Amino acid sequence: MTHTIDFPVKVNLESCIADKGCTVCIDVCPLDVLAIDPATGKATMKYDECWYCLPCEKDCPTQAIRVDIPYLLR
Amino acid sequence: MTQVTTVDVLVIGGGTAGPMAAIKARQKNPNLKVMLLEKANVKRSGAISMGMDGLNNAVIPGYATPEQYVREITVANDGIVNQKTLFAYANNSYAMIEELDSWGVKFEKDENGDYAVRKVHHVGTYVLPMPEGHDVKKVLYRKLKQNRVIITNRLVATRILLDGEGKVAGALSFDCRSGEYNVIRAKAVILSTGAAGRLGLPASGYLFGTYENPTNAGDGYSMAYHAGAELSGIECFQINPLIKDYNGPACAYVTGPMGGYTANAKGERFIESDYWSGQMMQEFYEELAGGKGPVFLKVNHLAEETITNIETILHGNERPSRGRFHEGRGTDYRKDMVEMHISEIGLCSGHSASGVWVNERAETTVPGLYAAGDLACVPHNYMLGAFVYGRLAGESAAEYCAATQLGEVDEVQVEAERQRIFAPLAREHGLPPSQVEYKLRRLVNDYLQPPKVTKRMEIGLARFEEIRADIQNIVASNPHELMRAAEVRFILDCAEMAARASLFRTESRWGLYHQRQDYPEQVNDEWRVHVQVKKGADGRMTLFKRALEPYLVEPQEAEKFIYQHLRIRPETVPE
Repeated sequence: MTHTIDFPVKVNLESCIADKGCTVCIDVCPLDVLAIDPATGKATMKYDECWYCLPCEKDCPTQAIRVDIPYLLR
Repeated sequence: MTQVTTVDVLVIGGGTAGPMAAIKARQKNPNLKVMLLEKANVKRSGAISMGMDGLNNAVIPGYATPEQYVREITVANDGIVNQKTLFAYANNSYAMIEELDSWGVKFEKDENGDYAVRKVHHVGTYVLPMPEGHDVKKVLYRKLKQNRVIITNRLVATRILLDGEGKVAGALSFDCRSGEYNVIRAKAVILSTGAAGRLGLPASGYLFGTYENPTNAGDGYSMAYHAGAELSGIECFQINPLIKDYNGPACAYVTGPMGGYTANAKGERFIESDYWSGQMMQEFYEELAGGKGPVFLKVNHLAEETITNIETILHGNERPSRGRFHEGRGTDYRKDMVEMHISEIGLCSGHSASGVWVNERAETTVPGLYAAGDLACVPHNYMLGAFVYGRLAGESAAEYCAATQLGEVDEVQVEAERQRIFAPLAREHGLPPSQVEYKLRRLVNDYLQPPKVTKRMEIGLARFEEIRADIQNIVASNPHELMRAAEVRFILDCAEMAARASLFRTESRWGLYHQRQDYPEQVNDEWRVHVQVKKGADGRMTLFKRALEPYLVEPQEAEKFIYQHLRIRPETVPE
């Protein structure tokens, strides 16, 4: 059984349109922690370095992103 | 592969001061090629990536005068200011507000259309709320495009290029995605890279849970230092009162005028004013650590509509995830006080005074190098100061370009920097940048966090030297990690400057910012001077005193008294 770790930036794969060429969230992230997941073509959090600042969530054209406060701070 | 670009003015840092500098350089001389280089993306970078909820230091006719403002900041910074630089800010403050207003930045106005200025400081009235301040970056971006500024994102600048005469010739950088090495030749360089916000480790232990945008690792402090510029007031640390763990501002500036205040565990006020200064932080720290601690933001006595208004402003601007944080903890402003804590230490002239030395034209001590915003030493200058000094830097740099030839590129420096930057990619085994950064910042907390003690800081310096050796063993597997590796070096340079400047000033000043246990008194005869840090001719860090310029306006005794007597006296606190 494989486990995945919960990262602060959660991408709804149904509504994310990164596979259609959208890179808005990847473009705006100040820490450059988002990237396209080669397996799905969708945006994903590649580096666990989130400042929970929210440009990715606010600027997403399809409201596909939800940023949670990192566990260490919750 | 190396990319070589040539421009007239290179602005490094596209947050607040940087875009303004680039715009103003172009407006001053539309024939200039002006490049704005950003480590993240100009659309959402820097301290105001999500906007700002207010101006902290607006000098607006009818509410405040430049003279009064300069006197108050002189007192707030315990006398260690160059008043000419404060006046350059204050005299241009109102014109900048009007210009930003005309560009579409929204400030609060009353029913007559006048700016709705509020009082938060001890003496003057300078706070202008921006309840709809979330669009500042969008407004700036539009202006950058209109003024045809060349924008380049995701470039990490690491060193200023100097020519044979020691004047600026450009900067060296790499792309944090492609890993391409970039040499940018320029007649003038403006540094606007923000605070050194990743210096101390937050109490949460989370590397990126900083008060400042963690992209701001002290890049410009390190670059200015290695270019031979003087830095000043580095021992006057930034320490802020924040929401515990969330580490964002509690925003007494927003809540204060509506009736909110900083309180102890009993819900009592203990300070006369919530304006951030070293003296205020000293009282905050004592209450936090004392029997009536910890400290809280108290708004739960206010009316429902006031609280709703506070939530709308605070959860929509600057740090909008704050509401989510409170929700997770079950904290309700209507019922609960909000637990506060002090921030990790940082360097930031926007809030305190630690920065690259500049004069009233935003010139550093290196020909062709300018600085503006949080990293430029203009005490307490905040966002509006960043805009004003951005303008001054852009205009000064444009004038300088007219009389300057492009400097020759020193190929030896270009090659040496290439080796230095890319070394972590070539190593087969070693230390991850995140671990070296964690340990370094943990040592910063252990040895530099006030109250400061001589022996402790000396041990810290010795441990920092060990980290300098560890940096030779950092590995990176891609350009992103290479960026983190480069940032560890910036942080280390800032840590060393912070320790040495603190050791040099053998007195206490600025409340908690420079409280030395073994030198507890303020010694004006000897230390009413600036402490400067500079890279010496031998490559070693040198420290020296710089005399204060004569004051242009003398603070009044009553003003000094207020800042020295911040704590509410027990008999005035109701039972």
